[in-house]
Amino acid sequence: MTENGSSVNVPPRIALDRGDNDVWHLQLAGEWTLAQSETLSTIDRSLPAGFGDSAARGKTIRVGGEIDALDSAGALRLARIVDGMEQGGAAVDLEALPQSQRNVIELLKGRLPPPKTPRPPREGVLAGIGRVTVAKFTEGNAFLAFIGELVVRGGKLIAFPWRIRWREVVAEIEAAGLRALGIVGLLSFLVGMVMAYQAGATLADFGANILIVNLVAIITLREMGPLLTAIIVAGRTGSSYTAQLGTMRITEEIDALRSIGISPFDMLILPKIIALMVVLPLLTVFANLLGLLGGAVVAAYRFEVSFAVYFDRLPEVVDLTTLMLGLIKTPVFAIAIALIGCMQGMRVAGSALAVGRATTVSVVQATFLVIVLDAGFSVLFNLMGY
Amino acid sequence: MIELDGVHFSRGAQVIFDGVDMHFGRGEVTVVLGPSGTGKTTLLRLIGGQVRPASGRVMVDGIEVARARRKALYALRRRMGVLFQNGALFTDLTVGENVAFPLRAHSRLDEALIRRIVLFKLEAVGLRSARDKYPAALSGGMARRAALARAMALDPEIMLYDEPFAGQDPVSMGVLLRLIRRLNDALGLTSIVVTHDVKEAMSIADRVIVIAGGRVIGQGTPEEVRAQREQEPALAQFLDGAADGPLNAAEDESPLSADLGLGGGQ
Repeated sequence: MTENGSSVNVPPRIALDRGDNDVWHLQLAGEWTLAQSETLSTIDRSLPAGFGDSAARGKTIRVGGEIDALDSAGALRLARIVDGMEQGGAAVDLEALPQSQRNVIELLKGRLPPPKTPRPPREGVLAGIGRVTVAKFTEGNAFLAFIGELVVRGGKLIAFPWRIRWREVVAEIEAAGLRALGIVGLLSFLVGMVMAYQAGATLADFGANILIVNLVAIITLREMGPLLTAIIVAGRTGSSYTAQLGTMRITEEIDALRSIGISPFDMLILPKIIALMVVLPLLTVFANLLGLLGGAVVAAYRFEVSFAVYFDRLPEVVDLTTLMLGLIKTPVFAIAIALIGCMQGMRVAGSALAVGRATTVSVVQATFLVIVLDAGFSVLFNLMGY
Repeated sequence: MIELDGVHFSRGAQVIFDGVDMHFGRGEVTVVLGPSGTGKTTLLRLIGGQVRPASGRVMVDGIEVARARRKALYALRRRMGVLFQNGALFTDLTVGENVAFPLRAHSRLDEALIRRIVLFKLEAVGLRSARDKYPAALSGGMARRAALARAMALDPEIMLYDEPFAGQDPVSMGVLLRLIRRLNDALGLTSIVVTHDVKEAMSIADRVIVIAGGRVIGQGTPEEVRAQREQEPALAQFLDGAADGPLNAAEDESPLSADLGLGGGQ
């Protein structure tokens, strides 16, 4: 809509000449273009204050002058000024403008929205809380439905164990267990070392170095081993379950399975749950071992508790009950991790983007649930007197 | 073979099917045509029992799909082969293993026999040499043919094709068209092809059903459907691929000025 292609960067100007009779003159000049938007946005300040209210009522305003260039931005601005004058009761006469510029203004004036469209009312805090609550409940419901399906289908398959897809179970055990040994072992070893350092730093002041064994052993077996392993597995395996099932949903592989007459639950989900229930206790035992070893290394080299003394004392401070109190939690963690991973994967719909989002949600939820369950176990064991 | 009786189906507020009746004859290739988003894929899901109609019945060989028990439903699905839009091959298995998958899942055949069946199926779609390739290494047309071989592995009686021609070059489209027709006749299948490629699909169809806006707007042999265009402007628009007509009239009723915030409008 530029009248004049060549840009010479002349800011737009506007001036009102109030004659003594009923005809006023509005003189325009410069470039009314997007490039001049800064000047344009404040251009009505060069008009007399209160103009457009009632000062011009009954007057005729002749718009004239030489506009060098006019584009959509300039035309909108100009049309708004014209609107303002007309609302103030003036008659606006555009005859003096070139035909093309006049056409644009005529097209726009009277059709512009109010300068500031009122924002849609913002959602109140209560409404927000309500919406989030409903969403969480829906999510919780889906989780319960998933548990229900597990119980019904799993229960049936336990009665006919040869129908369980053992080949898939074995493959999942390898992926979730064997290949996780490295990371679980390394991290447990390091955490064992860290615990021994922290315990030792305090205990050494009292010459009670030997108590490092008590501290490291009890914390590792009862809490750190099971919890750390579960969290690593949630991040490593739970997320891969979500990603795998989610991708299979997107590529219609899940539908393809159904069309072949195979239940995705039997083929994909149940083997994962069974595998993780087998793997997590085993991984935890491994993590316990390496955690104790890490503690032993620090105790020996930093706090003068030799390996012999350390491992001699171990059976005195912990017994099978301590180990079992840690291990008994792990199948429950396993079910939680596998269920959340699979559920989030099966809920993926739409695009590849949804897979990434579901994976994140799956890790957060699984980690959260594992820690909540662990807290629950602690309370329970405490009530039982352990 | 397959009957839809006054089927209603909606997704949220959006009505997908508003009381449609359809009939798919045994041994025929029936092509279901319709603009994108008219529920063609939903139709296949209804037949496969993955979704249930709000009202009305879907009958497959005398069995009401929505009422079938889990076991009967899975047995029924085993009699149907489905070719998915993008093939949906299992990406962690080779082409040969993909085709063998349904056989291993549902039969106790020994490996030598499975191998021979797989080779036979792959030969039928012209992919015998690709049996050890992974799906990622296949072109779009090859992937679709491999998926077709897998869908045929259990010798289904009914074949459902979901947009088999989408994104195919003319040559592989021609190959697929000929395959669909040949397999149907050689094996005595009942085939349903869901697509929006009018001309190509009409060329192999025994019967054509055109759906739009939640209802059937044309049904019959290709000639009959072409003849019905006079009474049904939407059908004429779809068959001709015209840009203006009843099919997109309802698409955007609100004037542009309303969205721009310009009061009044022209």
